[in-house]
Parts: sequence; structure tokens; C-alpha cells
Amino acid sequence: MDKLKRIAATFIMSMITVFANAQDAAADANDVMKANGKIYVVMSVVIVIVLGLFIYLINLDRKITKLEKE
Amino acid sequence: MIRKPWWKIIAFVLLMYVCVMGFLVKVPTPPGVPLGHSIRNLFFHVPMWFGMMILFFTSLVYAVKYLRNPSHLLDTYSLEFARTGVVFGVLGLITGSIWAKAQWGAWWSGDAKQNGAAIALLMYFAYFVLRGSLNEEEKKSRIGAVYNIFAFFMLFPTLWILPRLVESLHPGGQGSEGNPGLNPKDSNWQMKIVFWPAVIGWTLLAVWITTLRIRLQILKEKKLSNG
Repeated sequence: MDKLKRIAATFIMSMITVFANAQDAAADANDVMKANGKIYVVMSVVIVIVLGLFIYLINLDRKITKLEKE
Repeated sequence: MIRKPWWKIIAFVLLMYVCVMGFLVKVPTPPGVPLGHSIRNLFFHVPMWFGMMILFFTSLVYAVKYLRNPSHLLDTYSLEFARTGVVFGVLGLITGSIWAKAQWGAWWSGDAKQNGAAIALLMYFAYFVLRGSLNEEEKKSRIGAVYNIFAFFMLFPTLWILPRLVESLHPGGQGSEGNPGLNPKDSNWQMKIVFWPAVIGWTLLAVWITTLRIRLQILKEKKLSNG
């Protein structure tokens, strides 16, 4: 579990640096999609879909693990 | 290994990162390059193909392992990896087609890479047809494994060689320019640090789905032999 936490921490840290990089992207005045904020609509849709898929997979994984233990 | 959670967590974290950064990352939109923001498809469409190739390669490894040391488990691995590989390939074709409609004006333009990818997938469809047509378990596995090797090596001409020899609509594909995938000029380092996590994340997701299918298959056979 300790190892897991370390891996997670590494990823979160590396994400923070990249988020800092994203700031200058938002400042781009020519960015129509971003200027009107519509890209966030697409982003949230994609995130919901991928999250849903993961939840579904986790459930499947649990069910199969349960069957294996029987 | 296939039941361990750590790589599933990595898949989740990477894909969440890709789904956020894929839309936020700064992409180059040089004049004259018609891609514009649709280049963000690089994080979703292209990893399907990378995932497919990695899965097909894994399937090949298990096919060779099976032939060296026949066991039913190895055959199950080989089959299921090929199956998920095909799913990702089909997703790649569909998403590519959507992208092509927006960029090249047609769902299918007979581009060398489009045709090659379609042929490569048909070769793998034939793998399942071949397996399905044989009744004997052992024959099914052995002939399937031999065909699997053949199908994998057909990826070389269809995906990697022929599209490089002719003009392609894919960027970077003008004659001798080289790899008909992404033109390095259209890319930047910010995109690369999203792209490679995307490849790893989507591939791990594919592996996860595959392991679930493998485990289900093992359970099914256990049940059959008990009942």
C-alpha cells in the first residue's frame, strides 16, 4: 500500500507542473473554443464517459473476483 | 499479476489526466495547417492504434509461447488479446473516419493507411473465423496460433510499409517524407507529454478489459469441467 501511495503522489505531482503549463494556453486570444468556454462542455462529457467506463470495469472486476473466490 | 490493482490505478490516473489535458494543452495552429484544434484527436484516435499494435504483439507472443509449450491457458491469453486488439482497431477506424470527414471531406477516401488498417483488421477477423470453423480444441489452438503469427506479420506491409511508399492524406505522408502519422512540425513538446501518457493509459485500459475476459474464460471452463 505504501508503494501505491508513492506512485499516486508521483503522478499528482507531475500533473501539477503540467497544469501550471496550461495557464498560458488559456491566455491565447485566438482560441475561440476556449474563449467562449465551450471546450469545457466537451471536456466534462468525455470525463463523465471515461469515469463511467472505469466504474463499470471496477464493478466487473469485483464480480469476477468474487466468482473466483467461490 | 493480472489481479493486481496498481496498474489499473495508473490507467485511471493517466486517462483522467489525458481527458483533462487533452482539451487544455496548448496546440500549435500554424497557418496553412488545416488541422486546428482537431489535432487534439491525437490523444484519443492515435492511442487506439498504438494500443491495438501492442495488444496484437502481446497476442503474438502468447501464440509463439503456445506453440513452444502448448497449454490451454496460453491459448486463451493469445485469443483474448487479439480480441481486444480488434475492438481497439475498430474504434480507431471509426474515430479516424469521423476525423477524416472533418479534415479530408469524406468518411472514406481510400487513403493508403485507411485501406491498410482495414485490411489488417480483416486479417484478424479471419483469425476468429478460422478458430470458429475448427471443432477440435487442440487443432483450434494450434492452427489459430500459427495463423496469429501470420496475421501479425501482415501488419508490417499493411500498416507500416505500404502507406510509406505512396502518397497519403495523413500528415507527413507526402511521398518520401516518411512516417504517415503525425507531421512532427504540427506537434510540440506540450502535446507529447499528453500523447505518451495517453498511449500508456489507453493500452492499460485495453489490457484490463482483456484480463477480465481471460479470467471470465478461465471461470467458464472451470465450471464446464466441474458440471
